[in-house]
Amino acid sequence: MSFQIEMNGFVALYIFMLAAFAGWVIIRGVPAILHTPLMSGSNFVHGIVVVGALFALLNASTVPEQAIGFFAVLLGAGNAAGGYAVTDRMLAMFRLSGNEPKRRSKPHHARPGHTSASDSKKG
Amino acid sequence: MLTIMLQLTIGAVDLAVAFLFMFGLWRMSSPVTAPSGMTFAGCGMVAAVLGSFLYVFTVGAAAKPHLAVNIGLAVAALGLGGGVAWWSGKKVALTAMPQLVALLNGMGGGAAGAIAAVELFGNKAQGGAQLIVAVLGALIGAVSLAGSLIAWAKLDGILKKPLRVSGQQLLNAVILLATIAVGGYFIFVASNDIEPLMTKPHLIELFFGCALILGILTTLPIGGADMPVVIAIYNAFTGLAVGLEGFVLQIPALMIAGMVVGASGLLLTLLMAKAMNRSIRNVLFTNFGAVTQRKQRGINGSLKPVEAADAGIFMRYATSVIVVPGYGLAVAQGQQKLYEFVKLLQAAGVGVRFAIHPVAGRMPGQMDVLLAEAGVPYDLIFQLEDINDDFAATDVVLVIGANDVVNPAAHTDKSSPIFGMPILNADKAKKVYVIKRGEGKGYAGIENELFYADNCNMVYGDAQAVLVKMIEAVRGLGTAAAA
Repeated sequence: MSFQIEMNGFVALYIFMLAAFAGWVIIRGVPAILHTPLMSGSNFVHGIVVVGALFALLNASTVPEQAIGFFAVLLGAGNAAGGYAVTDRMLAMFRLSGNEPKRRSKPHHARPGHTSASDSKKG
Repeated sequence: MLTIMLQLTIGAVDLAVAFLFMFGLWRMSSPVTAPSGMTFAGCGMVAAVLGSFLYVFTVGAAAKPHLAVNIGLAVAALGLGGGVAWWSGKKVALTAMPQLVALLNGMGGGAAGAIAAVELFGNKAQGGAQLIVAVLGALIGAVSLAGSLIAWAKLDGILKKPLRVSGQQLLNAVILLATIAVGGYFIFVASNDIEPLMTKPHLIELFFGCALILGILTTLPIGGADMPVVIAIYNAFTGLAVGLEGFVLQIPALMIAGMVVGASGLLLTLLMAKAMNRSIRNVLFTNFGAVTQRKQRGINGSLKPVEAADAGIFMRYATSVIVVPGYGLAVAQGQQKLYEFVKLLQAAGVGVRFAIHPVAGRMPGQMDVLLAEAGVPYDLIFQLEDINDDFAATDVVLVIGANDVVNPAAHTDKSSPIFGMPILNADKAKKVYVIKRGEGKGYAGIENELFYADNCNMVYGDAQAVLVKMIEAVRGLGTAAAA
């Protein structure tokens, strides 16, 4: 019994085709208001390239291969980590009216002269 | 037995990663579930990275002696790249988000290209199909890397003007053909074991060089306002490159994630291009606004500046106000003051809504994030098609740092470069105030008839400073009434 994944060209094409359809259908449901988080979210998702980069680096046997592999992991890791940090930060900002999160709660909102205090707390 | 367990574990991790990514993205379809969706996808990424260290048990004989060094390098690269990017992702100002996303995207493309380089230089890609896919992925990844870096430089203000030379399209076409020719020749040589004209590594270097130049040259002439489309395209490119390299390495998680991103990027690109009423070909290959500038027809009327305080008080006594934010608001960092002003209006009983044009800002949906950062609830934010019919029944429209997206020439002037582009019908409102830095033209370099209309007044100045004056004026009104 073997669990090694063997993919010939056609299986790969099926995967590509189904994934493309799934991506199209899933993303079509995202409202325009979330387009920026979606951009950076999908940006994060292709950070999975770091896995391929790790594979290449771990299998490197010459110095040039090691150098390029190192470079690939560096870029891929940056892509993934940065993408997550940015997206997470943006999504935390979206809220409905009358539903303010605790850290921004403002009991006497719009009171003259006191609005900047809560602004400086965030970020 | 051990190898079976290993294969099983790697396969299971891969499957779990693919599931977590798809499920996470699926939850992105509502602002309520989106944060948890990102958490799922994030768990998937951590699992994938940890799981990929299982590859140490599968490395071939050639790489065995180098394994310790390679693991060290891998951990160092993960820590360094991940750490720096995480830190900048947390620290960067929200207005600098488009360039950061462009940069991160370029990094993904670069990583995909580098993987292909390792495979090609190391003669690891075997057989025609793998070679073709590896080379194709390398091409797309390298173009995405170079193009994203140029986009980053443009968005960051390092590159100020779109660089255009005559015959650029011809030059780009020649380089594209050259890149394909070199890549094709390499595939032919490598799969048939023929002695090439130059050494294989040189051939690969030439190929990557051509691809990088191609990415640079195609992005240089594209102007700032077209950046939403460009970022979306390169996002799709990187996804595609990642998916293709996933096939070369036989890692299904890469194939699935890459292709999903490729499809989503394509969809976003089409949406953006549609919102600008231009085809993708048009965005990429036409020197926008360069030809039609001179055919400007005369405009009747005059610009009528008013004081910020007067405009603020006028809005205080209106029943309904629609705010149209543009890139100028982001530049002036005026979003906090804007919402402060809006809350004052709301407290006085004015119904305030926000209208967002799909291509306002420098990346898809940038205005939505900017307003969200200031604390504007997203149920007050409306997209073009949802609010455009309401302008006629609205007392006051406040346009802040937006220009082309409210230019009625898109409806009326057939010679205008933006004719046919969907715009926000701000001109239909009873009264329009436009906050603008000065009398300059918008990105498209065309006059805006709206500014000269009878119902429109200009409020000149930095958006933030103007909003502060409006806030003071309305507050002054309140205290005067109370005294």
